[in-house]
Amino acid sequence: MKPITYARATDAANATAETGKDPQSRYLAGGTNILDLMKYSVENPDRLIDVSRLPMSDLSMLSNGGVLLGGMMKNSDTAAHAIIRERYPVLSEAILAGATGQIRNMASNGGNLLQRTRCHYFYDIAFKECNKRNPGSGCAALNGINRAHAVLGASEKCIATHPSDMCIALAALDAVVVTSRPNGETRRIPFTEFHLLPGNTPQIETVLERGELITGIELPPASAVPFAAKSHYLKVRDRASYAFALVSVASALQIENGVIKSARLVLGGVAHKPWRSKEAEVALVGKPANTATYKAAAEIALKGAKTYKHNAFKVPLAKQTIIRALEETASMKEVAA
Amino acid sequence: MQNGEIRYSLQPIALVIAETLEAATYAATLVKPTYFKTGSPVASIHASNAKLVEPTRPHNGELKPVLRGDAKAAFASAPVKITETYTHAMNHHNAMEMPATIAVWEADDHLTLYDTVQGVSTAQGTVAAILGLPAEKVRIVNKYLGGGFGSKGAIWAASILTALASKAVGRPLKVAVSREQYFASNGLRDEQKQIISLGATKEGKLLSIVHEKQSATSVTDDYAEANGNILNMLYACPAFETKYRVVRANIITPTFMRAPGEMPGCFAIECALDDLAYKLKIDPLEIRRINHADTDPSNGKPFSSKSLLQCYTRGAELIGWKDRPKTNRATRDGNWLVGWGISTASYPVHSNQGNARARYFLDGTLGVSSAATDLGTGTYTICTQTASETFGVPMDKVKFELGDSSLPTTAISGGSMAAGSTTAAVHAACVALMTKIKKYVVADEKSPLHGANTDDVVLKDEILSLKNDPSKSEKYSEMLQRNKQTNIEANGEGKYGASKEHSMHSFGVHYCKVKVDEALGIVRVEKWVGVHAVGRVLNEKTARSQMIGSTAMGIGNALSEQTEIDLRYARYVNANLGEYHVAVNADTPSDIVIEFIPEEDPHVGGVGAKGMGELGIVGVSAAIANAIFHATGRRLRDLPFSPDKVMA
Repeated sequence: MKPITYARATDAANATAETGKDPQSRYLAGGTNILDLMKYSVENPDRLIDVSRLPMSDLSMLSNGGVLLGGMMKNSDTAAHAIIRERYPVLSEAILAGATGQIRNMASNGGNLLQRTRCHYFYDIAFKECNKRNPGSGCAALNGINRAHAVLGASEKCIATHPSDMCIALAALDAVVVTSRPNGETRRIPFTEFHLLPGNTPQIETVLERGELITGIELPPASAVPFAAKSHYLKVRDRASYAFALVSVASALQIENGVIKSARLVLGGVAHKPWRSKEAEVALVGKPANTATYKAAAEIALKGAKTYKHNAFKVPLAKQTIIRALEETASMKEVAA
Repeated sequence: MQNGEIRYSLQPIALVIAETLEAATYAATLVKPTYFKTGSPVASIHASNAKLVEPTRPHNGELKPVLRGDAKAAFASAPVKITETYTHAMNHHNAMEMPATIAVWEADDHLTLYDTVQGVSTAQGTVAAILGLPAEKVRIVNKYLGGGFGSKGAIWAASILTALASKAVGRPLKVAVSREQYFASNGLRDEQKQIISLGATKEGKLLSIVHEKQSATSVTDDYAEANGNILNMLYACPAFETKYRVVRANIITPTFMRAPGEMPGCFAIECALDDLAYKLKIDPLEIRRINHADTDPSNGKPFSSKSLLQCYTRGAELIGWKDRPKTNRATRDGNWLVGWGISTASYPVHSNQGNARARYFLDGTLGVSSAATDLGTGTYTICTQTASETFGVPMDKVKFELGDSSLPTTAISGGSMAAGSTTAAVHAACVALMTKIKKYVVADEKSPLHGANTDDVVLKDEILSLKNDPSKSEKYSEMLQRNKQTNIEANGEGKYGASKEHSMHSFGVHYCKVKVDEALGIVRVEKWVGVHAVGRVLNEKTARSQMIGSTAMGIGNALSEQTEIDLRYARYVNANLGEYHVAVNADTPSDIVIEFIPEEDPHVGGVGAKGMGELGIVGVSAAIANAIFHATGRRLRDLPFSPDKVMA
């Protein structure tokens, strides 16, 4: 760990302006990922700008009936909030499926979106090849231990997966990321457009520009996401707690008279970003809410999957997890908002 | 550092010393070594370049092939035969506390090491030998250890480096091993493959066991767990054969990890025996009773004590074994398939002698000391209890001291020896002290007890008196003051596990109920029953905790623990606690029942306690494998049983 300087931001405008000018600075919020990355010498900033005390740590109601989650709101507070548990159960479940109680108590909502991949080869700087750390150096995972790696949307440049559970749920809820830019403007980014696939530039993981700060996350009102009340997160991992997803599914169903009216299906642990399968959602809508429908959707969701030496199991596992998640979602009791 | 050769990834090649840990850590990143490749590393027994060889550099001679009877011929002619292969991922101890050493040179030839070791006496000998110092010039101190599981049983490179570097800089020096470094600093449990053949009668009686173990070891030593020992003695079987082969790989030398040999060996035979039971349609519990060894088949000796049959029966009651469906895939609970499994457990008493000193002071304090180590298992507590009980003083009057090699030498806290050997020494010291005090008082001309027979003297509540005439008495403190003494002291040597006529082992049984979600590849352990017989249980609470801990550790071994290694570089890719998955609370059932069968062992020596620190993990993974087989009808033989392997 190299010597660094530390400054505490007093307001968002100041923080973004400062950070935007200085490519060697990084934001510090909960610190649950950036500090690890610094200890591993993966991130080597000269300066940390502490944004954790900025006044954006609450949940507030929007005039349209939606909800704004503060960028600095703690993951635990978000998961425990009555409105989240009632109206957007998938989000509460997803947060609680991630990390540990201690980490969730520290982790901020904004920071959660910016978690870096847990690819071993990214984390261990002894491996020279990593296009994320050293663009153009290659991908050590391609022919290495790739049991945890992507099966959808990867490229030969990078087969790492996105690590967050919370983000899988947010992608299913049509959330919007609200940011503050160094030029003072506010930007609203649809969640599914926030994270990027690796392509030829796996080092670029989100659409954020340098210095841009996540100030909040908007959740649409129930009328705009009628499937949200029946939404669910199912995660398969190597142990019962404190492990990243091998495969996870955020699913949401609006069912009327046994027929699916609207649906969301997002996969975690299989791609470089939360993997929403619009094709699978289309295959669900208008069909009877039964296992045959879910099976068909699962097949569609995994179409085009490409596996590597150690992760072929993820394809059947993902299909089976989708079917189970949808079954469990359909059997949920809706909580009236 | 002795030469330029790098034999394994994460091998220490330099030590950077600074005023703070942060500065040293940063400075280490500035060291830019130049090196060149001499060939492709060998990283696994499963690698295409792995070469199996006979171990010619065996440790303790344990790796020699064992032949008892003509096992191959007996197998060939057996009416029922089973041959299967079991594999076991590389495991790391991952004690909560990472290794660390502080070196202080008291003088040019006099070293004190504060070190995370499981045995200060043994460490003293090793460090002295390596540094070429007389043993009395090396002092090792460790008052509390945050877990070891065998990783801190030997002296490893960091301890010696700390001592040498401290001398070089002429100041006390602390070296702390990081979690990542811990994966290549203190050994590991070998990655291994076992091929086991069981020959049996149609009634399920074993006729032959033929076993081969292949494992990865280092390029410098041939350490391998001796799995054959337990296979040779666990069941009555007239013929046995085992042999070992190793792959010399680019890894640090493996070492003992909780129940080395017994744990993986038991996994293989307990799964194979279960297969035999199903094949012959015999209840898995019954086949274990049928093959019960009344005497030790490996050497023909009687057991010093063995209550395994009682363990089987009591455990079966607690788990409800008789209600278990006979066939597999018979119990469903929603998306879960439910199964019950069993495994026998056994661990030997490793003979060891220890010493302790006891001093009875003016103020009624009983000071007892021995160079034992407390790994967090309760050595302080049981030694205090033993002293209190033996000497007849309340617990709060006993001050027990351990963890310093300047104290009387005793066994390492390893091999499940510490409880038996240290309490034996404490007991002997307290008995010797009582005798000495009584002799002292009857020889004291000024004492009212002068001239009495020592057998008639009683020391109780700090008062010396005559058994049959309590009016003749005096305060212990008065006697000491009169003689200008502050205390009387005695030493004791405890004999533990010293019987030559007996085979000495702890025994037990694990029963478990698991549920398996085949679609998602998830196994959840629902209930655990462990019933064990370990001679005298010194402290029910610490004993039970040890058993719960070893069950949890065994669950990790069964379901999730594996060190993954990139074969191209022989480098670990999950050397951290986030991705090396030890069992967490959520993996461990809330319903764990641990019972001990009351057992007296008149031969084991000391206070009659056999070892139990390792017994509890032996057979855990087998019981889970057997329960998964019962639940699903699929036999998993490749540890750990992660979702990709469980998924159907």
